[in-house]
Amino acid sequence: MKADPKGVMTGAYFIDGDHACAEGAIAAGCRFVAGYPITPSTEVVERIAERFPLIGGMFIQMEDEIASSIAIQGGVWAGKKAMTVTSGPGFSLMMEHLGLAAMTETPCVFVDVQRAGPSTGLPTLPAQGDMMQARWGSHGDYAIIALCPNSPQESFNLTIKAFNLAEQYRVPVLLMLDECVGHMTERVVIPPADQIEITPRRYWEGPKEDLLLFKADKDLVPPMVKAGDGYNIHVTGLTHDERGYPDMTPAAQEKLVRRLVDKIRLNADAIVEYKEDQVEGAEIVVVSYGITSRVAIPAIEQARAEGMKVGHLRLITAWPFPTKRIRELSTTVRGFVVPEINFGQMVREVERWVAGRARVRLVPHGGGSVHDPKDIYAAIAYVGKG
Amino acid sequence: MARTEIKIGGFGGQGIILSGYIIGRAASIYDAKFATMIQAFGPEARGSACSAQIVVDDHEIAYPYITSPRIMVVMSQEAYTKFSPEVAEGGILITEDELVKPHSLRKDLTHYSIPATRIAEELGRKMVLNIVMMGFMTAVTGLIGVEAMRSAVKVSVPRGTEMLNSNAFNRGYEFGLGLKRA
Repeated sequence: MKADPKGVMTGAYFIDGDHACAEGAIAAGCRFVAGYPITPSTEVVERIAERFPLIGGMFIQMEDEIASSIAIQGGVWAGKKAMTVTSGPGFSLMMEHLGLAAMTETPCVFVDVQRAGPSTGLPTLPAQGDMMQARWGSHGDYAIIALCPNSPQESFNLTIKAFNLAEQYRVPVLLMLDECVGHMTERVVIPPADQIEITPRRYWEGPKEDLLLFKADKDLVPPMVKAGDGYNIHVTGLTHDERGYPDMTPAAQEKLVRRLVDKIRLNADAIVEYKEDQVEGAEIVVVSYGITSRVAIPAIEQARAEGMKVGHLRLITAWPFPTKRIRELSTTVRGFVVPEINFGQMVREVERWVAGRARVRLVPHGGGSVHDPKDIYAAIAYVGKG
Repeated sequence: MARTEIKIGGFGGQGIILSGYIIGRAASIYDAKFATMIQAFGPEARGSACSAQIVVDDHEIAYPYITSPRIMVVMSQEAYTKFSPEVAEGGILITEDELVKPHSLRKDLTHYSIPATRIAEELGRKMVLNIVMMGFMTAVTGLIGVEAMRSAVKVSVPRGTEMLNSNAFNRGYEFGLGLKRA
């Protein structure tokens, strides 16, 4: 279906990644946001708070991030599309309810504008230190989707995509910005509403008495209902059966949690998105994401100018990770260079799928700024010398 | 046009960040170029030295930060002292005449100065001195089309002040053209 024109501010704007994220959410049909504003994500909810009253949305400034991340799930079960927005310590506080959203298959969006940590860290400065937390931060086993924009335009586009994926797979989707992308201002083009594709919620259409709220369709995703529509439903974080009632047995656990993981794992080919530049025939491939994918470009260009065959693979979905493509490339390239603003997170995933078939060189950065492209160039040259 | 880095410095409250928005908007929305502005987070509303950093290019911009600005506009002494050493070799330095005394000015720079405060006062609002500076910069650098800048000024200033700001821009622009002709 197409976006509701009421929320879509068609035109060309010079806005930052945070504001673009807010516009993306509105265009995607998000009408409920609960948050506890925190730097550098504050501008997202500022804009939401300003825009929502005009289009029939509701924003609540909650008492903390724990409350924010559960309030949005109430909003979703009441029939809204909803998101919460945070950074740093707030992201840690949301982990319990990220797990609840995964367990109850509540489609919602968590935006994390990454700043340098741990703890309070550097509130106003960038990092990419939450990438593994995004995947594994809540306890137990589950799967999520995480997207990494590298510009304000992509922040707009991927926020829409995040809402669409959330509905398609009934899963929490994480939008992993970083302070740099969040606060960077560039041209953002918002298309007309009839050019924005929106995935509607999949509602149960059968007879009321036949509803099984957690019985999946072929794609492993069950349909939903709205609270208040007269269904007797039970939504719990406890291991549950297809009706949603607690069933605390190893058999129920195996069936449910396996499906929660499989619905992302087995659909990974359809979900995974990355962008390649001159990867065919490359001897060295730089794997990057978010702001680092732009900082790497001068380094890659310098290496190419010196005759090195360097490709660039930019992750758009960090999770699920493009395992097949990395494994495939590992048989043809000499090595991979992975710059990230942390001391080695996504590089572990690269190493796991390269499995020793090629060299993998991390270019770490503690956070607070971006890499000096010279450091990325040096790593490319090092791997190139083999 | 190749990648051009611009830095605007002054003190919080002078409209430094707004000036950055105007340049970015003019370039990327009205002049078919690319522009990236990095928010100098911190003191912009608090009265100490602050800056806006903008990259303008005919091509898509990869690296978003500026490293050695070819064009620098400064509207306070502190900003001059703090930022002017960063200007690229042979770059352009634009200063406000009354607010900046360019002591030990680097010989390699092309320096332009304008009494923007006085012009703004003549227009009745000292606040528009940043817009006077934008008009002046447009004239002396030729980096961005004047019509693009005019359009960007109009949509960037508070509603009801468009005429005042247009006048401020034009006064700065004409002053700059006069200097170029001289």
